[in-house]
Amino acid sequence: MIDFLTLLQVLDSSLRLATPLLLVCLAGLFSERAGIFDIGLEGKLLAAAFVSAAFAAITGSVWLGLLAGIFASILLSLLHGLASITLRGDQIISGVAINFLAAGLTVVIAQDLFGQGGRTPPLKSGGRFEPLNFPGATSSKEMGDAGPLMQLYSELLSGHSLLVYIALVTVPLSYFVLYKTRFGLRLRAVGENPAAVDTAGISVVGLRYSAVVIGGVLCGIAGAYIATSLQANFTKDMSAGRGFIALAALIFAKWRPWYALGACLLFGFFFAVDTRFQNILLPAWVLSGFLIFISLGLASYVWKKDYLDKVVLGGLALGVAIIALIIVTSVWQSGISSQVKIPVVFIQSLPYVLTVIVLAGFVGRAIPPKAGGRPYVKER
Amino acid sequence: MDVMPKWVDVIVVPLFSLFLAAFLSALLILAIGESPMAALKLMIEGTLFRSAGWGYMLYYTTNFIFTGLAVSVAFHAALFNIGGEGQAMIGGLGVALVCLFIPWPHWTLAIIGASIGAAIFGMIWAGLPAYLQAKRGSHIVITTIMFNFIAAGVLNFFLVDVLKPTGSMDPASANFPANTHLPTFQDLAGLIGFEKAFRSAPANVSFFIALFACVAVWYLIWRSSLGYEIRALGKSGPAARYAGVRPVKIIMITMMISGALCGMMAINTTQGESERLILNFTEGAGFIGIAVALMGRSHPLGVLLAALLFGFLYQGGAELALWTKIPRELIVVIQALVILFTGALSLMVRAPLERFFISMQRVNE
Repeated sequence: MIDFLTLLQVLDSSLRLATPLLLVCLAGLFSERAGIFDIGLEGKLLAAAFVSAAFAAITGSVWLGLLAGIFASILLSLLHGLASITLRGDQIISGVAINFLAAGLTVVIAQDLFGQGGRTPPLKSGGRFEPLNFPGATSSKEMGDAGPLMQLYSELLSGHSLLVYIALVTVPLSYFVLYKTRFGLRLRAVGENPAAVDTAGISVVGLRYSAVVIGGVLCGIAGAYIATSLQANFTKDMSAGRGFIALAALIFAKWRPWYALGACLLFGFFFAVDTRFQNILLPAWVLSGFLIFISLGLASYVWKKDYLDKVVLGGLALGVAIIALIIVTSVWQSGISSQVKIPVVFIQSLPYVLTVIVLAGFVGRAIPPKAGGRPYVKER
Repeated sequence: MDVMPKWVDVIVVPLFSLFLAAFLSALLILAIGESPMAALKLMIEGTLFRSAGWGYMLYYTTNFIFTGLAVSVAFHAALFNIGGEGQAMIGGLGVALVCLFIPWPHWTLAIIGASIGAAIFGMIWAGLPAYLQAKRGSHIVITTIMFNFIAAGVLNFFLVDVLKPTGSMDPASANFPANTHLPTFQDLAGLIGFEKAFRSAPANVSFFIALFACVAVWYLIWRSSLGYEIRALGKSGPAARYAGVRPVKIIMITMMISGALCGMMAINTTQGESERLILNFTEGAGFIGIAVALMGRSHPLGVLLAALLFGFLYQGGAELALWTKIPRELIVVIQALVILFTGALSLMVRAPLERFFISMQRVNE
């Protein structure tokens, strides 16, 4: 069994890993709630990470780095706005282009500026966001001797960078803006029924641009966080798919701010578990029992469905059952209660699998904003 | 209503987009202190002036033809298959299983078996998102993105825990048996007496399968009734449904064809080049397929030409990285600009051209 302090340490790193996800997820939330799909979150995150690290490295000031990162991210947002709002182009294609643009430009410019194979030099103390230690928090050396409450306070609540707390504050702020202000109501309306907003004499284009720019600011903060706080320099492709995980979290959260916090913390927890525990062992009977349960559940669901449902979901059920069978046969010698190692990649893939399940609508269907992905054309 | 002549739409618009992308890239090369003309010269000399350069270029081209065709087929049904990367990874798994566990007597049979394995695995991996789109209404872009990441996990699991030979540290499968090795262009040139051509270049016979796939896709889309239904659904869902097209069926079939094409990319990289299954063998080709399809206007001939162009860019980019201080990622920037101008900003590129050519027509009348 793991002790309380280990649990706290895992939760602590969950929070740190969830922070960039949360900021990017909220960025996507504003954008998609206004009817603009944003596949380019990943690119904006990466661009902001590079620009903030580069500015922090050159000027030595993390604040200038943060501002520059936000600026870079807003620029890409405006490009996305130009393509998808003004020129009514395809939002998905624009997002794909932005991802490539960021992936390519960051390395080309980093190589030119610093000549270290697409990295920035390590940031010195003024160029990083340092952890904030709350008053009275114990240092990590004496953590083992402190009481549980003190451990909770010092390990989990204290000792994060300022941007972590900013990210947490952004959640109620986003909720307030989206649900309690006139701007938020209009923003949500423009993602559901832009024609109605237009009829009321409010600018659809203006609202959508402001949503996209808010998204840019949030992605910029997230980028600065991963390059100046989570790590202390920029490395090639350091966003590592976080923009897409945030997109998954957004769907998992059904486009709602508080749910987004929950989804991001959950996904952050998966990553923390994945980095902390290399081998996760489960008794074979638990694992195979769980798989057989899923398999039977799927099989009973498709019983009275179409031919296609039977083929696809039935095939899936069969596949899961075969995996369960393989597990059972592999431990046959040593007995059914022996431990089986769960592959690390399974934990890594869990966020995506959960998102697909939610998208499929088997558990808690996720319905996107109605006008999402379609450019608005004024009737003439 | 005035319309542009068709040749402008098909030829001038993509070329103009390419010109814009090249112009911005030239500015970038200038900004990092190199000469764009020298860079272009180096790319052309390193790629087109020696047979090994051609061999590398056609190797990349083969990948891009497969993924480009895959994205095009899906585009015709108004579906955006962004999951080519994942479908290719799972296709590679299919190739590896077929090559490792079936004792093939000769490569001609092995390539057929591997193609079928790759296609079926890719098909399954595209079929699940297609099913979710067709029956559950989940957005195919999001599901295919998720399936890319899940595919990476599955491939990783198979390479680390299942296919890795005991005692090996490398996350890769065992080498494929010699009977499955595909003849490279070097071997083929040797047969007709040019032993020195295409030396050590990876291009192999799967290039011809890619060419055949172009013809097959052309026939499918423009000459078969299935292709007609695919295009009808892509142009207008309600109209197609009214005419008796079953959307669920067409979405499933289109995506499965698309997934099969992506999967078949792996015969080039896995069976043809590395001769074992490795991590990251796709190298982003699934995404480059999007640029290729957009540039090629979703037509097999256009895809072939765009794939040649991107093959040239990738081989040329490698030359640049070797001889100058321009990193390989410059190609990624060019690729992004091509996607931007041919896809997202197409209105910006088209509108002035449209105005110009329509006014030309008026003058002639």
